[in-house]
Amino acid sequence: MMCRFAAVIASCLALFGACSAAGAADFDYRLVARPLARDVYAFIGKTEDFDTHNGGNIVNTAFIVAAQGVIVIDSGPSLRYGQQMRRAIAATTDKPVVLVINTHHHPDHFLGNQAFADVPIAALAETRTEIAADGNAFAENLYRMSGDWMKGTEVQLPTKTLSAGRLEIAGRVLRLVALDGHTRADLVIVDEASGVVFSGDLVFNGRAPTTPHADVAHWLSALDQVEALTRESGFKVLLPGHGEPASDAAPIRQTRAWLKWLTATMRDSARAGLDMNEVLALPLPPEFAGLPVAAAEYRRSVGHLFPAAELNALEAPK
Amino acid sequence: MKCHLTIAAIALAALMPLADAAVLEAGGDPLDSSMWSDIRKTVFDSAAVQFDSRVKVIAPASAENPMQVPVTVDASALPGVVEVLVVADFNPIALALRFYPEAAPAFLGFRLKLQQSSPVRAAARTGDGVWHVGGTWVNTVGGGCTAPSAAGASREWQRRLNEVSGRQWSEGPNAGRLRMRIVHPMDTGLIAGTPAFFLQEIDFSDAAGRRLMRVQPHEPVSENPVFTLNRGPGDGPVEASGRDNNGNVFQARIAQ
Repeated sequence: MMCRFAAVIASCLALFGACSAAGAADFDYRLVARPLARDVYAFIGKTEDFDTHNGGNIVNTAFIVAAQGVIVIDSGPSLRYGQQMRRAIAATTDKPVVLVINTHHHPDHFLGNQAFADVPIAALAETRTEIAADGNAFAENLYRMSGDWMKGTEVQLPTKTLSAGRLEIAGRVLRLVALDGHTRADLVIVDEASGVVFSGDLVFNGRAPTTPHADVAHWLSALDQVEALTRESGFKVLLPGHGEPASDAAPIRQTRAWLKWLTATMRDSARAGLDMNEVLALPLPPEFAGLPVAAAEYRRSVGHLFPAAELNALEAPK
Repeated sequence: MKCHLTIAAIALAALMPLADAAVLEAGGDPLDSSMWSDIRKTVFDSAAVQFDSRVKVIAPASAENPMQVPVTVDASALPGVVEVLVVADFNPIALALRFYPEAAPAFLGFRLKLQQSSPVRAAARTGDGVWHVGGTWVNTVGGGCTAPSAAGASREWQRRLNEVSGRQWSEGPNAGRLRMRIVHPMDTGLIAGTPAFFLQEIDFSDAAGRRLMRVQPHEPVSENPVFTLNRGPGDGPVEASGRDNNGNVFQARIAQ
């Protein structure tokens, strides 16, 4: 125990040194609204995993300044993030926030909702159900991973249900595309006026995808549909859930390649008789080895996906 | 300081002949766990115990899912192993499993529920009565032993209880390998109103009736256990049979 305790102290000291320079002590996410298109902005998070240094700022959130108000897309990983996001929006426009949309039920996309408790918060029906079911456990986990950045954060449930189709709000027309695969409900939003496609976590760019609630077959089919959106004549910018925005479908192809490789690796390993620890020890192919958090996400994904592949191989007639 | 001494001891041990290394390592727990002296006393009593790098425990340093922590025990480098037990120091039920490699090598993969971060150790007893101990630390969010099994949420398992799926590999890099999954909730008894209900005995034998391995799982083995064995020399189907603590028996033939 002594040894581990000492290691913890050492890493805390190291963090303190690094954080004081980066401003962790003031719990300021340093959110800067980046213009994606006319009247459309994003806050681009780091391509990292949650930790006490980044405070969970590993996610992309966005807002659209419409004629009669602001539409917010995802609210970030904490109350503090939501509050700082709202201040950064107010620094960009005088218009009031009229709607918050949660693209799916993962905590980095909805735990900032509290800062928007005075406006309608909308999500797909399944997303509302899942936030109600898993929200508290997710929040607890982020307290463990991001520490004091989470102070005061509680689950604020969405208050409105969205469904696929055209949504006219604040003088803006949004096309809502209801997909699934990353989770049981993944909302893709097309802002018709700007040509920006908000893909949520169906698309990762320059960061290994996460799979805790994934149905990979559904995800791959959803990616085809998102890619079709990027081929429409009005398409300008793709904002992935994590990683840099893009003006083409390259991040979609990257996400698809990762998922296909992951599925094939699980299937082939199970068919070859590998034990889970042997699957965990497989080297990453060069194509993916350099991707941020690739090794960590691969290991997590083995835990999520290998048992099903294994069952399939053990039950299959030879 | 204790930490540095241990590291120094291990470093020294690496340079020394095996017998000397074992003596040196026996002086302190290489995993530096506050539970080791208790485990030492309750599990091994007065038997001789030594740390031995030939007993390998492979498990993730950081386990994503505390309900399904993969553990692979390989004591096949140690000759004459008659019994292997696996303990997790900080689990509310420390003893996870015992196995008796008979015709098969002392190798077993399975999955374990962890209640909190803990050393996971394997102790292999050789014919002379000495326990050879190896292990590794696993960090996890925990709660694995007091979270309800998925079976608790559905009655499906009652219909499929003790259903076996399995396969052998006779070619390729894993020739001689056998993997088997059994449908069982493996309830720990640590959840109010859900008594302990777990597989207790599994025997693997070849077609000639020669026993390959006997496995005695305990409560911490994960729900719907999956076992990985290397059957050793020989071929043909393997008969797996066993029972749980409620007397439900199963028998299955795993074809090659």
